[in-house]
Amino acid sequence: MTRTAQWAYAWLMLLPAMALLALFTHYPAAATAWHSFNSTPKGARSAVFVGLDNYRQLVDDPVFWQALSNNFWFALYTIPASIALSLLMATWVNGKVAGRGFLRLAYFTPTILPMIAVANIWMFFYTPEYGLLEQVLGAFGAPSHNWLGSKSTALPAIMVVTVWKEAGFFMIFYLAALQSMSPNLAEAAAIEGASRWHFFRRVTLPLLMPTTLFVLVNAVINAFRMVDHIVVMTRGGPDNATALLLYYIYEIGFRFWDSAYAAALTMVLLAILGLLALAQFGFLERRVHYR
Amino acid sequence: MTHVYDSRGIPRAIETAAAWLLGVLWVLPLAYAFWTAFHSGEYSTRFVLSAPLTLDNFVRAWAAAPFARYFVNTVLLVTMVLAAQLVLVTLAAYAFARFEFPGRGLLFALVLVQLMIMPDVLIVENYRTMALLGLNDTIVAVGLPYMASAFGIFLLRQTFKTVPRELDEAARIEGCGPLQVLWKVYVPLARPVYLAYALVSVSYHWNNFLWPLIITNSVESRPVTVGLQVFSATDQGIDWSIITAATLLTTAPLLVAFLLFQRQFVQSFMRAGIR
Repeated sequence: MTRTAQWAYAWLMLLPAMALLALFTHYPAAATAWHSFNSTPKGARSAVFVGLDNYRQLVDDPVFWQALSNNFWFALYTIPASIALSLLMATWVNGKVAGRGFLRLAYFTPTILPMIAVANIWMFFYTPEYGLLEQVLGAFGAPSHNWLGSKSTALPAIMVVTVWKEAGFFMIFYLAALQSMSPNLAEAAAIEGASRWHFFRRVTLPLLMPTTLFVLVNAVINAFRMVDHIVVMTRGGPDNATALLLYYIYEIGFRFWDSAYAAALTMVLLAILGLLALAQFGFLERRVHYR
Repeated sequence: MTHVYDSRGIPRAIETAAAWLLGVLWVLPLAYAFWTAFHSGEYSTRFVLSAPLTLDNFVRAWAAAPFARYFVNTVLLVTMVLAAQLVLVTLAAYAFARFEFPGRGLLFALVLVQLMIMPDVLIVENYRTMALLGLNDTIVAVGLPYMASAFGIFLLRQTFKTVPRELDEAARIEGCGPLQVLWKVYVPLARPVYLAYALVSVSYHWNNFLWPLIITNSVESRPVTVGLQVFSATDQGIDWSIITAATLLTTAPLLVAFLLFQRQFVQSFMRAGIR
């Protein structure tokens, strides 16, 4: 095959995938930027260039700041909690714990259920008076509490659901990494007299570093992408206590139909994801040196 | 195989107990949903072992909403997305793995953009595009943004790169064109990766919710997740027996498939994660 024929072949094979990517990833990302500098078209009035107006509105919007800070706390609590739990789970089901098969199944099952179904089940779990949580707490004499209905507990309640859903998913990656580790390492360390904790901290944990990075990146993306349970359980309430950034974009874009302001909000989300990508590449560069 | 660092004695007992406590916590919400769905309303909060089992909640849920249609929609959606993904992703991955051409690095970088900026966050603009294309409220519109999958391209490219060049060249000497080589050498060798990708893709799109919620508007196009939400958000608000029955009903195919092919599922998710 001549060189030009090879080029043509490659380009033709790439064409369908690249066309769809351009239409539904690259173009919308660029269009979001453009629309964030325009007004929302209403009826006969078409969109006009308004400069930074949408961003000014954003800076002055208390709900935006609340959604951003909710999202920040949401990420800060759920990510370490689910990663730590998943590592613990993986260590357990990698060892010789009794009932290993059942435990693996139990930890992993939430992963394959749709978030919306999970949210329904947990909503029932949290229901005031009837819910299981209330009954258990009631048995200990605790007063009744509306977990999803009060500002102070709604977001933590949502976080628990998220950790429950995600830990089993991350466990899989740690389990895969643990199973690929050579048992000779442990034997060598035992001969050297290293304690179990020392071995875990100095050998296992560093060797799991690439997995932790992979899991971490996915966890951060999910923290900004997963809002299905918000739609079902709280609709951002009470009083915006559980509004996350993407959920707020959804509300502005599809309940108030203010597409220009939604575009400005989306730009913030894209900026966060972009920063994450840069951070990840920074890490990857460093990882290459270890190989 | 013995692990030198497996715990023994009392620490071991404590660890086993902790692992089981966590395991019980993890199945509790599901077990609770099963209890409620299979018992009549008055037992939904009273746990009496002698409570009579009933399928009544499932019958009522099935009759109260067009779940059969929703299932058809979801199956159509998942099949369509997977079929398109397999074709597009295979062609693109082959080009990136085994062809030299100008712009390869740039194009690959453009593909990787989608790993970070997924269609899930571009809902506002994609809705606008679908309206322009006249596709709003169709099953095609639900699947279209996901058909070119950066994740799939990346995964298969890595796999294709591990195929020995000699096999490729041998097939070419026998007179195979590039597409025949792809079909006869690369695709068969990547079969486990295809299985892994298919399982991940099917469960992702079976479970996807926000985008379908936005883009669909009628019974004819709604997938089962959105159907479930529409069902539980309306008048049923208080009848938890029916809602949990509907929830289990809509997840049953996935749950059964998972229980049957547990090992494949877990291995597939592992394989898809190590890249």
